[in-house]
Amino acid sequence: MERSEWPLWEVFIRSQHGLAHKHVGSLHAPDAEMAIKNARDVYTRRNEGVSIWVVPSSAITATAPGAKESLFEPANSKVYRHPTFFPMPDAVKHI
Amino acid sequence: MPSSTSDVNRDRQRFDYVLRLADSDLVLAQRLGEWVGHGPALEEDIALTNVGLDLIGQARLWFAYAGELEARFAGAGRSEDALAFLRDSGEFRNLLLVEQPNGNYADTMARQLYFDTWHRLLLAELTGSTDARIAEIAAKAGKEVTYHAERSASWVIRLGDGSDESHDKMQAAIDDLWMYTGELFVPDATELVLAQEGIACDASTLLPAWREAIGAILTEATLSVPDATWMQQGGKRGVHTEHLGHLLATMQWLQRAYPGAQW
Repeated sequence: MERSEWPLWEVFIRSQHGLAHKHVGSLHAPDAEMAIKNARDVYTRRNEGVSIWVVPSSAITATAPGAKESLFEPANSKVYRHPTFFPMPDAVKHI
Repeated sequence: MPSSTSDVNRDRQRFDYVLRLADSDLVLAQRLGEWVGHGPALEEDIALTNVGLDLIGQARLWFAYAGELEARFAGAGRSEDALAFLRDSGEFRNLLLVEQPNGNYADTMARQLYFDTWHRLLLAELTGSTDARIAEIAAKAGKEVTYHAERSASWVIRLGDGSDESHDKMQAAIDDLWMYTGELFVPDATELVLAQEGIACDASTLLPAWREAIGAILTEATLSVPDATWMQQGGKRGVHTEHLGHLLATMQWLQRAYPGAQW
C-alpha cells in the first residue's frame, strides 16, 4: 500500500476587518478545501478570525538563515533611517 | 392558575420530543469522543472532536429545557447530569444510527453524513417552531450543524473518489449503515401531534430533501445510493441495538460509581 504524508499548508488569519492576515502556524491537509476546514478547526476555535488564507508551504520562498549577516545586519548601523530623526513642527498634530 | 390536563399532556410530549434531540446529540458526541487520540491525523483528531463538543453543547441546551418541561408536569425536573448519566438504555430516545460503533474512518464518516444531513434539515424546520425555546436552540445549533454537514460530505467525497481501497471501504460503510436511516423519517404519534401545533417537525417531510442531498453527494463521490428497503427502528421507543448499553456503561460509570461527583 502506498502511504504518503498529506502536504503541509501555511495558515494566515485575519483577526478583524481592516487588519492584515497574519501567519498563525501550519498544518497538514489533503487539499486546499480541507486545509481551510482544518485551519478553521485548529486555529479559530476561540473566535480568533473573520477570514482564513491557506498557502501550500512549498509555494513559499524564504531567506536562508545563513544570509542573515549580508541581508539584515547592514541596517543595524543606519538608525537615521527611522523617522524619529526628523523633528516635527509643533503645529502638526496626530502623527 | 392550575394547568389543564391537555397542557400537562402537551408538556409531557414536548419533554419526550426534546429528549430525543438531546439523546441523539449526546450519544453521537460520546462516539466521536472515542476518536480522541486515535484520529488519522492530528488535524482530523481536533476537527472531529470539535464536532463532538458542538453536539455536547447542543445536548446541554436540550437537556436543560427538558428538565424545565419535566418540572411543569412532574413537580420537579431532572438536572442535565441526571438525564445524561442516570438513565438506562431503555430510557434513551436517540436514533439507532448514532449509537453504531465507530468502525473505520469511512464508517464514522458515513454515519456522520447521514446524521448531519438530516440534522441540518430538521433544525432548519425547527427554527420556525411555535415553541420559542425550541426555535432559539435550533437557530443556534443550525449554524454549527451546517458546518458539520459540509465537513462530512467533504470526507465522503474524498474517500469515495479516492483510491480503490478507500472507495470500497466508503461504499461498504454507506451500505452497512443504510438500514438505520429509515427511522430518521418515521414520525410517531407524539411527533405528529406536536407537528400539527407547529411545535415539532413531521420527520417524514424531510425525506425528499435528504435523499436529494445524499444522492448528489454520493454521485460526486462516485458511490452508489443503496437501494435496500428494509429498515431498523426502535430508538424513539427506547428499543436499541446492543451497542448502546456498552456505550452508556463507559459514559456513565463515574456518576454511577461516585454519585454526585463534581468536576
